Amino acid sequence: MRRSKPGTTLAYVVASVLAVFFLLPFYVIFRNAFSTQRHLVSPQWNWLPDAVGGSTFTDVLTNPGFGILPALGTSAVVAVTQTVLTVVISLMAGYALSRWRTPASKVILGMTVFTLMVPAMVTFVPTFVMVSTLGWISTYRGLIIPVIFSAFATFLFRQQFLEFPRELEESAALDGASVWATFWRIVVPNALGTVAAVGTITFIGAWNAFLWPLLIAQDPSMRTVQVVLSQFMTSQGIRYPEMFTGALIATVPALVVFLFLQRWLVQGVERSGLK
Amino acid sequence: MTPGPVARPEGATHRSGATLARSNRRWFWLFVTPFLAGLLVFVYAPLLWSLCLSFFDARNTVTPNRFVGLGNYTYLLADRLFVDSMVTFIAFAVFIVPLTFACSLGLALLLQRITVLRAFFRSAFFLPTAVSYVIAAMVWRMTFFNGARFGLANTLLTSLGLEPINWLGGENSWYWLALVSLRLWLQVGFYMILFIAGLNQIDPQLYEAASLDGAGAWRRFWSITFPLLRPTSVAVSMLLLFNAFQAFDEFYNMLNTVGGYPPYARPPLVYLYLISFGGGLQDLGIGSAGTMILTLVILVFSFLQNRLLSIGADR
Repeated sequence: MRRSKPGTTLAYVVASVLAVFFLLPFYVIFRNAFSTQRHLVSPQWNWLPDAVGGSTFTDVLTNPGFGILPALGTSAVVAVTQTVLTVVISLMAGYALSRWRTPASKVILGMTVFTLMVPAMVTFVPTFVMVSTLGWISTYRGLIIPVIFSAFATFLFRQQFLEFPRELEESAALDGASVWATFWRIVVPNALGTVAAVGTITFIGAWNAFLWPLLIAQDPSMRTVQVVLSQFMTSQGIRYPEMFTGALIATVPALVVFLFLQRWLVQGVERSGLK
Repeated sequence: MTPGPVARPEGATHRSGATLARSNRRWFWLFVTPFLAGLLVFVYAPLLWSLCLSFFDARNTVTPNRFVGLGNYTYLLADRLFVDSMVTFIAFAVFIVPLTFACSLGLALLLQRITVLRAFFRSAFFLPTAVSYVIAAMVWRMTFFNGARFGLANTLLTSLGLEPINWLGGENSWYWLALVSLRLWLQVGFYMILFIAGLNQIDPQLYEAASLDGAGAWRRFWSITFPLLRPTSVAVSMLLLFNAFQAFDEFYNMLNTVGGYPPYARPPLVYLYLISFGGGLQDLGIGSAGTMILTLVILVFSFLQNRLLSIGADR
């Protein structure tokens, strides 16, 4: 398409101004983490940090009073396990719902779509009641298992498999391969784009989750990093540089995963197209 | 595109039909059971249990104590805080859904005009998706909208000779500015990606033909882009609607203080959290009744929104 010259220039100006606003919060986290408290609360606003070589980092990581390090560990275990289990469970279910058109399959698809309409966190009171009845408060099981059955992921995988040609599976079946072996050796390797997309969304969602860990991690040793950071904001003894150093450390893992897998996420969305 | 009605049996050469169908069905159940069991145990059973619990008194317990009939429901509907919360958040949804929709679509259209550095701009708008609401709330609360003089917004005001504002303190509902800007910053990029995917599926030849016919940019948008983008638009507005009613993290983290959560700007989930787990009542019966009301409201609104969007399609 041919565009008029002034329109294009204007588009670049607007996009550049917006990009500055979108990136500003990232810069603020960095500035606050590498400044002294005095610098940050001075009546004169400072754009540049004043303690770039500061020791806040090791202090925040090693001081048991902050509890960041164990919280990072809990978050890592929860996010990785939740991602792997969510992907495997929804892959299998999405495949079954796309390939078998029995009455049972239709009923389960209906249940999945209904679950899409009632987001998981809206029903946190009932789910909490269930988890508490099972005795899973303050356990990894309680943090992970209730949130790994994703209707959204299952639905995305089903959409993707609907467009996946069946010829490959049929020829593998003629060669005597079981449904199970065909699924893992032929179907899944061809769906890796969607796997990466769903995996990225799930990992970031799990790493950043707040409400569910807040309810389940009643024992302080089970708190995730988001819960710890949230408590920083209402506790008296903590200063801005320490708070934002914690935020910086907690942002990096999600950001790294995101930057590496962004391409897959975009392609996955484009392919499934949310039709 | 759509596969046949029933999966073709594997190894069709040397097995009888009946065994095949049965073994096939076994595979279906093997694949689907983990997910189905999870849905039943962690979504449907709790919902039913909660429906029961909503008719009982359940203070500090997850088992019903005393049957109170519709007592929990009448308690909620008589509680001004609950009614305020529901009304405020219906208004919030009506406001935030179109706003986020327009901003994300705007960004997607803007990126279409950009060729050089396109990947950079796309990443810049998309990057906030990776940040948690807790951390965003920290930046907004402690730096951007800090009520003290050293907050960024107040620095701007004082440099213009105006008085600083206590943004999150409740006066003049200034807190909405902070809450809405945070939500837009964090969410717009994701929906922008969905719109880019939708826009890429529109045949560029349509635009060329329209241009030759003398249609301007405005006309091209309303007669080509918008109608052809409809599937994406429907999906995005549904996701935005669910999202609006799910608001919790940024409200809780921006407004909760040592002294407790203020009475204003309470999303339904914050209200339910405070009543079920907060200091005072700790009543899961009332929490359950609230969940039922909220679920019903969401279902009604997604139904209404669907109707509204399909009216648009008839024209």
